[in-house]
Amino acid sequence: MTDTVLLTARDLTKRFGDFTAVDGIDVEVHKGESFGFLGPNGAGKSSTMRMIGGVSPVTSGELSIFGLDPATHGPQIRARLGNCPQKDLLDEELSVQENLWVYGRFFGLSRKEVRERATELLEFAQLSERRGDKVEPLSGGMKRRLVIARSLINNPELLLLDEPTTGLDPQARHVLWDRLFRLKRQGVTLIITTHYMDEAEQLCDRLVVMDKGRIAAEGSPRDLIVRYSTREVVEVRFDTDDHSAHADSLGGIGERMEVLPDRILLYADDGDAAGSAVHSRELAPLSVLVRRSTLEDVFLHLTGRTLVD
Amino acid sequence: MVGYALWRFVLLRDVVAFRRMWWLFLSGFVEPVFYLFSIGIGLGALVQTVTTDQGMVVSYAAFVAPAMLAASAMNGAIADTTYNFFFKLRFAKTYDTMLATPARPWDIAVGEILWSLIRGGTYSAIFFLVALVMGFVESWWAVLAIPAALLIGAAFAAMGMWATTYMTSWKDFEFINLVIQPMFLFSATFFPLSVYPEALQWLVRLMPLYHGVEIQRGLLLGDVHWGLLVSAAYLAGLAGLGLWGASRRISQLLLT
Repeated sequence: MTDTVLLTARDLTKRFGDFTAVDGIDVEVHKGESFGFLGPNGAGKSSTMRMIGGVSPVTSGELSIFGLDPATHGPQIRARLGNCPQKDLLDEELSVQENLWVYGRFFGLSRKEVRERATELLEFAQLSERRGDKVEPLSGGMKRRLVIARSLINNPELLLLDEPTTGLDPQARHVLWDRLFRLKRQGVTLIITTHYMDEAEQLCDRLVVMDKGRIAAEGSPRDLIVRYSTREVVEVRFDTDDHSAHADSLGGIGERMEVLPDRILLYADDGDAAGSAVHSRELAPLSVLVRRSTLEDVFLHLTGRTLVD
Repeated sequence: MVGYALWRFVLLRDVVAFRRMWWLFLSGFVEPVFYLFSIGIGLGALVQTVTTDQGMVVSYAAFVAPAMLAASAMNGAIADTTYNFFFKLRFAKTYDTMLATPARPWDIAVGEILWSLIRGGTYSAIFFLVALVMGFVESWWAVLAIPAALLIGAAFAAMGMWATTYMTSWKDFEFINLVIQPMFLFSATFFPLSVYPEALQWLVRLMPLYHGVEIQRGLLLGDVHWGLLVSAAYLAGLAGLGLWGASRRISQLLLT
């Protein structure tokens, strides 16, 4: 089977006045793939998503979605897209199901089609019981699922998800991941932005790390962690204002060390072993925490900065 | 074809949303009725008759009634495409969601203006019935009063929407009041144009409501003349200009 390219960006740039939000990125997304943009706030992820969504004109470079140019074929592209923006832009003057009914009509679905499809999607989004309710009192997780249900009303070939789980509690995130994973298995191509490495690991086959409008690295989540970090990280805190003074005393533990103002990070494939090594030196740290590598670590390594949030 | 006449669904959205707020319909229509009763009938007891600019002598209430019909069309149109439009544009982000579908800014402007015409047209129709029952309708030309009210509504809806795209906070709506209030008072609504000095008459002739009042007065009093076509063309021109400007601004604001 040959790969079908759904999206191509070449030297894609977006400027707002003097500010360059997206600075010449190259991206290719294939059919059936789940592709991620990772980066801190302000990295240019949302600007990129808006260009792909056909609601933001490209400043320069090339962008092609389904082989079409958004500058000339915006409505044709948007007809085949599902768009799940960062903010839950639901219509609070409409009920849960009316949000789907009205939105669906814009895609040329008949009244009957839109009602059938809405019933299916509310089932999928686990919102059937709330279909006649107002939108406003729904929980954050429910609202997000409703936005996703709405974005699926036109059976999109490509679903854009801008930070789908930001602001949700862990349980709501897992429910959402499960739903997105089902979509992926149904063959829907997903493009996701996130600043959570665990989310990217769960959902993305391939991703790019963005920083200051540029692509800093590209690969599968496993790839990136292997290349730029270790499997686990030990965070050590001391009762001090200057953690760099303790750096020497931790020398030799793990593969690499990062000294931050409030803690020291030790990169190791076996976090427990590294943690034990810290304890065995009897340095009396305030805390020793073993955790898995995250975007923070990959990002720190790539840019020398922590994620600004 | 993708995205054919999608303004239909902008309109549908408003209809669905409005089903829960039908009582809001009342507010826009009572104001001109109150004016008709207080000024037209109250003041009319003192003034008795007025000579129109066309030289017709009519009772004061019959003089004011067509102007209130024009004003009700204006009020209905302005309510939706200024305050409500502003809220949806800046706060509810209703249009950001619509523009993620195949819809275009043009669809939003057309759909919202049509919705305001349904509302404004309803106010005008109710007001017209009141005027009819009260005996202020003196001519068969009045069958054109509702279409004329829609034309007045379209001009105000479109221009109001265009102006609203330049507003950044609720305070800016004072500017709309600043325009609407004097226009309501001075557009030959409560007294004929001839009471003003020549220079001011020309200023009044620039006011869109003046042309609306002229048309309605001509139709309700049966005093129809060619000048009304000029007035109609002026209002149609404003409607077109506002529609063009509003679509352009929606695109500039939301498709960034």
